[in-house]
Amino acid sequence: MATLLKAVPEKTGRWVVEDRNKGVFKVAREAFVSDAIFEKERERIFDKCWLYLGHATELKEANDYLTRNVAGRELIFNRDRKGSYNAFFNVCPHRGAMVAREKCGSALGFKCFYHGWAFNNNGKFATRMGEGFYPEDFGKDGSVDLVRVPRLEEYRGFYFINFDEGAVSLEEYLADSREIIDLVADQSPNGMEIIGGGQQYSINANWKLLLENSFDGYHAEDTHATYFEYLSDYIGGAANDDLSAAKVESRAIDLKNGHAVIEGKAPWGRPIARTIPSWGEDGAADIRAARAELEARLGVEKAHRIADGDRNMGIFPSLVINDIMAITIRTFHPVSSGLIHVNAWAMGPVGEPRIQRKRRLDNFLEFLGPGGFATPDDVEALESAHRGYGNAKFAPWNDISRGLLKDQPTNFDEEQMRCFWREWARRMEDQ
Amino acid sequence: MTEVMMKPGAVTTEPVLNRSEYEDFLYHEAALLDAWRLDEWLELFVEGATYEVPTAGAPDDADSSESLFYIADDYFRLRHRIKRLNSKQAHSEWPRSKTLHTVTNVRILGAEADGVRVTSNFVTYRTKNDVTHTFVGRHYYVLRKTDDKLCIVSKRSMLDMDNLRPQGRVSIIV
Ligand code: FES
Ligand SMILES: [Fe+2]
Repeated sequence: MATLLKAVPEKTGRWVVEDRNKGVFKVAREAFVSDAIFEKERERIFDKCWLYLGHATELKEANDYLTRNVAGRELIFNRDRKGSYNAFFNVCPHRGAMVAREKCGSALGFKCFYHGWAFNNNGKFATRMGEGFYPEDFGKDGSVDLVRVPRLEEYRGFYFINFDEGAVSLEEYLADSREIIDLVADQSPNGMEIIGGGQQYSINANWKLLLENSFDGYHAEDTHATYFEYLSDYIGGAANDDLSAAKVESRAIDLKNGHAVIEGKAPWGRPIARTIPSWGEDGAADIRAARAELEARLGVEKAHRIADGDRNMGIFPSLVINDIMAITIRTFHPVSSGLIHVNAWAMGPVGEPRIQRKRRLDNFLEFLGPGGFATPDDVEALESAHRGYGNAKFAPWNDISRGLLKDQPTNFDEEQMRCFWREWARRMEDQ
Repeated sequence: MTEVMMKPGAVTTEPVLNRSEYEDFLYHEAALLDAWRLDEWLELFVEGATYEVPTAGAPDDADSSESLFYIADDYFRLRHRIKRLNSKQAHSEWPRSKTLHTVTNVRILGAEADGVRVTSNFVTYRTKNDVTHTFVGRHYYVLRKTDDKLCIVSKRSMLDMDNLRPQGRVSIIV
């Protein structure tokens, strides 16, 4: 083991090393900075795995569309005249200009501005050509329709795409993460929706750093000390004590296929069912009503899990659903080995009353996002680590061993990251 | 006489000053931010003031009860934002970035019961870790004169950008 860890990882062809006898789990820093490994990730991970595209509620009506870049590819996510959901590559079959150039809208079809080719919103070629330029049956075979993304499937309103025609079904891929998605999707009798105004930002670091960070309970106390100071003042108690108590009760759960979740109980308020003194009697009453509704609809046990638990979930490779002081849906796309484009949204119940929505969004902003009291410090940590990995040749290994030998690792161990890395290695390393 | 656009039916109690007085105030504010004199910057705000940065490209009338912002501080959270930025544990801003706030196109939009609405364009540069990022947009203020001093009743910074790429964060006061 010792000699193996001294070796330069490239030469061994192994980037993830697990030794349960010694209780250590190591990941090669080369995996974060190597352009060759990044190219391989494109082929073996981003072209093979289910990637999050968007939520059903982002397209409220028939003919609605939005444009989005997923894993470096420009796509159109839309509903056609019949209301069905589609995903197309946003590229003209003629000579390649993008046929939709606005962020979102409502459109019966798409007309390419370059030479004027037009398409129905179900992708069908719909241009009348002058006589004599093309054969009479030109395009009748579908050869100049908009090209569909090979697979588009949905689970509880979450739409995913897959660039691999032969991939397993989304449900099979999601495995046990479906149960955790249910705990979000079931929070309201009216369904859940994406709240207006997503946050789009970039991070100068490798994408795997963000995945690790998104469900890393271990860093919270140190990296986010200023947030917990704020929170203690806000909730009128010692948030840090609650955090220590949470360490004992929390757990990390392997959701299979590289997905994992940490589940525990944190000191902040939860818009679904945990009030804090600063929300006052009105807030407490709203929370009691939400709790009663959950219990009546789902039973006491499930209501308890939804209301009292905080969950950070990573779905392999690049989707995070964190149901914490607010719900955030966060997906990210590597542009290169050292640059990520992040898209993050807030989610809440359809028809949520204004005052409750305001509490939810306040909760989101105090911690999350580029102007929050926590996320900017995460970004700093990720960028700092990525710069550090420039030393990979001489300081080659990350240590992810925390809690490896425990029967039940907690939020504050690193089992959730190991779940990710085992799957990453399975896909990336030649056996 | 300053040219003032009035909202129809607005009740005016706040006298409108010369534009140069507002400009001096905004330049002073920018200088405080560039010098990281954040406690003095906070003192420019009246108690109960708000400070907001909607997401890049949001409409001017974006509402923080309906849409996700980057920042939607009430006075309590604004005070904590400054407390946090004064701490060496605000890792994103420690070691501190260098900033340069420029303010142009100052206009008086009108007077209302709670103060005078003033807007400016801005370009703010933030330099950290060998990289300089630029933020561009418009500030919207409600300013009020109390005890012979101008104070901020509300400040909203609209970012005329598509997103936070490559800036990544708004951990400074833009
Ligand atoms: S590229 Fe679209 S019509 Fe020519
Ligand atoms: Fe964090």
